[in-house]
Amino acid sequence: MPEQTDNQDLTDDEKSLIQEILSEDESNLTPYGESRRNFLKMAMLTSGGLMAFELSGAQGFFADSLTDSPAPGIIENILRVAFKVNGNKKSLDIDSRMTLLDALRERLQLTGSKKGCDHGQCGACTLLVDGRRVLSCLTLAASCEGKSITTIEGLADNAKLHPMQAAFVKHDGFQCGYCTPGQICSATALIEEAKRGELSYLSTDVRSKAGPLELSDEEIRERMSGNICRCGAYPNIVDAIKEVHSGKDVGQHWQFLHEGNNAFSVGNLMQKGGENAAI
Amino acid sequence: MAEIGKPIDRIEAFLKVTGTAKYAAEFNQKNMAYGFPVRATIAKGTISAIDTEAAQKNKGVIKILTHNNAPRLKAIDPQAMQQTGGMLGEQLLAIQENKVSYFGQYIALVIAETYEQARAAAANIKVSYNKEKPAIDLKTEMPNGIMPKQLMGEEAQLNEGKTASILDAGAVKVEQTYTTPNENHHPMEPHATIALWEGADKLLVYDATQGVMGARGIMSYLFSLKPENVQILSPYVGGGFGCKGSQWGHVMLAAMGAKAVNRPVKIAITRQAMQTNVGRRAETEQTVALSSGTDGKLTAMRHHTNTYGNLSDFFEPSGKQTAVLYSAPMREVTYKVTKLNVGTPTFMRAPGETPGTFALESAMDELAHELKMDPIALRVLNHTAEDPIKKHPFSSEYLLDCYKLGADKFGWHNRKALPRQLRNGKQLIGHGMATATYPAIRSAASVKMQMRADGSVTVMSATQDIGTGTYTIMAQTAADALGIPVKMITVKLGDSSLPPAPVSGGSTTAASVNPAVLAAGEMLRNDLMKLAVADTKSKLHARNIAELDVIDGRLFLIDDSSISDLYVNIMRRNKKPMMEVCTTAMPASGSGLGSPQVPCNLAPLKEDENSDEKKYAFHSFGAQFAEVWVDEDFGTIRVKRFVSVHDAGRIMNEKTGRSQIIGGVIYGLGAALMEETIHDKRWANPVTRTLADYHVPVNLDVPPIDVYFIGKPDPHISKIGARGIGEIGITGVAAAVANAVFNATGKRLRDLPLTPDKLLV
Amino acid sequence: MQPFKYTKTTDVIATTKLLAANTRAKILAGGTNIIDLMKEDVERPDELVDITNISLAEIKINPAGGVSIGAVARNTDTANHQLIRENYPLLTQAILAGASAQIRNMATNGGNLNQRTRCPYFYDVAMPCNKREPGSGCGAFEGENRMQAIFGWSDKCVAVHPSDMCVALAALDAVVIVQGPTGNRSIPFTAYHRLPGDTPEKDNTLNAGEVILSIDIPTNSFQNNSYYLKVRDRSSYAFALISVAAALEISGGNITQARIALGGVAHKPWRTTEAEKYLVGKPANENSFKEAAIIAMKDARPLKHNSYKPMLATRAIARALMQATNGVAKS
Repeated sequence: MPEQTDNQDLTDDEKSLIQEILSEDESNLTPYGESRRNFLKMAMLTSGGLMAFELSGAQGFFADSLTDSPAPGIIENILRVAFKVNGNKKSLDIDSRMTLLDALRERLQLTGSKKGCDHGQCGACTLLVDGRRVLSCLTLAASCEGKSITTIEGLADNAKLHPMQAAFVKHDGFQCGYCTPGQICSATALIEEAKRGELSYLSTDVRSKAGPLELSDEEIRERMSGNICRCGAYPNIVDAIKEVHSGKDVGQHWQFLHEGNNAFSVGNLMQKGGENAAI
Repeated sequence: MAEIGKPIDRIEAFLKVTGTAKYAAEFNQKNMAYGFPVRATIAKGTISAIDTEAAQKNKGVIKILTHNNAPRLKAIDPQAMQQTGGMLGEQLLAIQENKVSYFGQYIALVIAETYEQARAAAANIKVSYNKEKPAIDLKTEMPNGIMPKQLMGEEAQLNEGKTASILDAGAVKVEQTYTTPNENHHPMEPHATIALWEGADKLLVYDATQGVMGARGIMSYLFSLKPENVQILSPYVGGGFGCKGSQWGHVMLAAMGAKAVNRPVKIAITRQAMQTNVGRRAETEQTVALSSGTDGKLTAMRHHTNTYGNLSDFFEPSGKQTAVLYSAPMREVTYKVTKLNVGTPTFMRAPGETPGTFALESAMDELAHELKMDPIALRVLNHTAEDPIKKHPFSSEYLLDCYKLGADKFGWHNRKALPRQLRNGKQLIGHGMATATYPAIRSAASVKMQMRADGSVTVMSATQDIGTGTYTIMAQTAADALGIPVKMITVKLGDSSLPPAPVSGGSTTAASVNPAVLAAGEMLRNDLMKLAVADTKSKLHARNIAELDVIDGRLFLIDDSSISDLYVNIMRRNKKPMMEVCTTAMPASGSGLGSPQVPCNLAPLKEDENSDEKKYAFHSFGAQFAEVWVDEDFGTIRVKRFVSVHDAGRIMNEKTGRSQIIGGVIYGLGAALMEETIHDKRWANPVTRTLADYHVPVNLDVPPIDVYFIGKPDPHISKIGARGIGEIGITGVAAAVANAVFNATGKRLRDLPLTPDKLLV
Repeated sequence: MQPFKYTKTTDVIATTKLLAANTRAKILAGGTNIIDLMKEDVERPDELVDITNISLAEIKINPAGGVSIGAVARNTDTANHQLIRENYPLLTQAILAGASAQIRNMATNGGNLNQRTRCPYFYDVAMPCNKREPGSGCGAFEGENRMQAIFGWSDKCVAVHPSDMCVALAALDAVVIVQGPTGNRSIPFTAYHRLPGDTPEKDNTLNAGEVILSIDIPTNSFQNNSYYLKVRDRSSYAFALISVAAALEISGGNITQARIALGGVAHKPWRTTEAEKYLVGKPANENSFKEAAIIAMKDARPLKHNSYKPMLATRAIARALMQATNGVAKS
């Protein structure tokens, strides 16, 4: 299994460090005091250490959402929509044209969901609506009345990263990080889809009764093909998902150069070749 | 070096997987307005009228800027601009005049209360043009081309006309033309800028950029501000690949808009604008000629490139590797450049080498085939250990080891010499390889470092992490320099108010910034040691600092580790809440691509840090190996596995380093198999407008990629010995794939991308 | 995206009346195409009628035989429904060949039928396009047309229909049940989409105010021998260069019934009835399939940049039929 943060604890040094940093400004963050502590602890354990105090990001995580409505009369076709985001009820007065993605990013300050193409061609805006992965750039906020939305900000459970988040860290399933929230949301949904027995274009047994599926690497790739990563973290993303999906540790094959690694996908065919000596 | 090299997780990973790392467009400001640029719908001509009346009446519209009413920018003076340390992507100031030079060029800016309103109003602006016929076809425009004298400050044309007789006299000769298409960078984060004026003479800009110092330089120039009154912030950048390396129109527009409405203005450009307004890799038509004896020894190499530019002097330098690889006694590298009315070409991941290695390394494969020689054997036979033009030895070079290790790991000995010998059902299987190479550049960089009495350390530099791992490797270097755990370190970058560092382009960052981190760390450690030995309450009192070492923040005598003192205790006893150093590290050859400003040049140059380009040639090398399966009916190509081996000096972090190479290979697979920006030949508009038409690889396109590093530190680039690895991974990939396709099918494809239709012909 | 009124309906009749009364109103279901087109300024409705609350999401056994799939059922739910998996694996495969998991989770069956072409000239409002702006000309006809039609095009429009699902539905002789302001009617699937002719602005034969209720698929015996094959420029998440829905009924090694429909070749899913007829009575082998494929391509009229399509389609048809013969699973 991926690293479980609750199996570890902070060193005394780290604890006192968190104490020192929190005591300075905790009073300003009363409503979030406890979750902030958990956030920092989680960050400390994840590996980033003090980088978690890079507050430009962390403050956004805890900032009160800006539910202030636009000035009256500025927007035509204004309508009120209420939905849950990461378990919290939100009610917004919005332009009918506003997408769910823009509502999250521009009004609720939940900028974890990313705008990559704004046309359903990249998957960076992927999040979960009522438990299903969808593209928030093609979803009108107005159509989300009464729905329950989970974004990347809502995946971690208190002091514990979601196993998929932890696996992405471990396997370096990203570089620039921009497609990452969409990848992770998509991957968490993929795991559930496999449990429900949902098929993909690569599924071989279409007519069978739906039941939990064990996905091959190729199946994971196909099911993640709606999330583009331009940095090219795909092989690492597949490793991360495989680890969570199988519940088994996936070795980081690049770290140790042992002979078994370069097993050929056509090994048996290759054996027959060889009239051509290298170097 | 205990931390450098270790495959530790990215120190900012936590923020990225929780969605809390904030990118430029995510720093919303109070009272912020939204800007939406209007783009030209012709490729050449002038605007005769812009009717903004209807749009102006749209609800929420605050102001519409056109060339008629836009704030004026300072006119372009190339020399003065160069001195700012920044670079315009194109010699074009946004909406200052009515001339249109490419489809999509910004011609107006709508500023409105909301994004929806700005976008809708932009669609309601009516523009009339005096249209002219655009230049769009490279072939038909080539007669109008020129042979440029300069290429990035060096002679552009090498030995023009000097190889013809040698080539003709060669026992074996290969001469072929290879073509590569227009490509676009398409980082996942579209460019975005939030501009915020603090009074009339102070500007704050959140910007998705590969170079905060360059952005500061250009903005201060254009708006006639003191550089120190412009601050550029770019803590996280959602990928760059070259298109965020210089400054483009939207940055100017955001600042102009913010000035015009006296409010912060955000512009996040669309994916469609990414196809036209932030650079591209230009189409090339490259003719490569190689001649050799029957033994395979090269006698001459010629590489001529036809390409184009538009609003800048930049052109794709696809002959670069032909001046570096192989031991041919005579070589000719030439360029002819014409002008087309399409978005301006710029640097894109391994500019030059990406299309250039496709041509040269395909030609080498063709020559090997002619000679009935193993492609690796041909390369080994013609290997050079010195720069063939400058005649300097390479600073550190293990290319032969790359071939050997790669061949071994890939199982090259099992490759069939003749094409079309392996199949699995309808799939034809082939194996190909190519050499990878990219120059290693180091520039001046400055770093400030602070330690607080709680033991925490902050490392600061105006560098960038565009996904490359800069945050992490800077922390690793600082940890080693100071002898403290990585967890105690915060890295601050992407802020032009910090000590200057070079643009994160040309694979320079790791090689440039880390020597400065190391120097600053050693300086700070030294200061603490001095404090300890002068401190009567310290166990280390009156010792010589040369006798000391440090681990986990504890200074101790090398000979007796029980005699020790802690950094934190030394600072507390001496009532120092914080200690700070700042230093600049510079290669002996000068500041390179770095900013000319050097704020805290406290470290004298060291003789042993000799990276003098007059003595050594600095290059990284590698070998790429591909196995492809080609469907014999459909011509669809799947790359089934890939081995990538590199000699790039010391690897700063094995985990992030491997990711860089994997990413480079995948970028190369995109170029090999699918990426192409196509223009309508009548109107010069891209018909590949979005990511639906401009295909980049998806997860299913990518096979397992095995990466191996030689890992030998380069003793001449810096004390650390690391060269950059952002670009080498893409070089040679397209040739390895195309050579594998030849091996699988017997068809030699010389025109990228290798889409299925090309194999069906 | 121009301002519009957002309206939610729960009633089909009310919806048809609303649409009939306001010709500038458009339906919003999954949103995967209409929102995209509105952002591009290609579609400028002044009202969007959200029909996802109308109870049209059911997938059920049709009392008249076969299965009825609701217009508002999501593509994912349709593909994975046990009735579809067991009885129409061809449809399951075709749906899963399209778009991405996220898009299939959003997109509805009715929306899949009514999606517009992805022709880049249609999408770029700066370009001429008769489909978007009748009379403005066809940009693709003499422009870049590598992806465009080889059958049934006119000089007014060479666009192709982008759906995968519809290709399977055409092969399966589905029927589209629509509700208009004055009643409902059934449209055979192959008559639902139309060829461009002189009026490419009309994609299909729906009348003003009509709403799709369901798509009904008759019973068949293709379950063991069907296959949906898609050839594209990258492995996944791309529109088809060529796609083939192939279904066979084989008895004692001979073909008793055949269905072949093609995607990526015409303004509508392209049924190849002549090739189907040829196959009846022939042995299910490569020779028969190659012959049928040649017949299917007989009248192909490629454009300047898509001359590769007939050859690719010929091979894809033969391969898909062979795969169908081998069973629904991939070889």
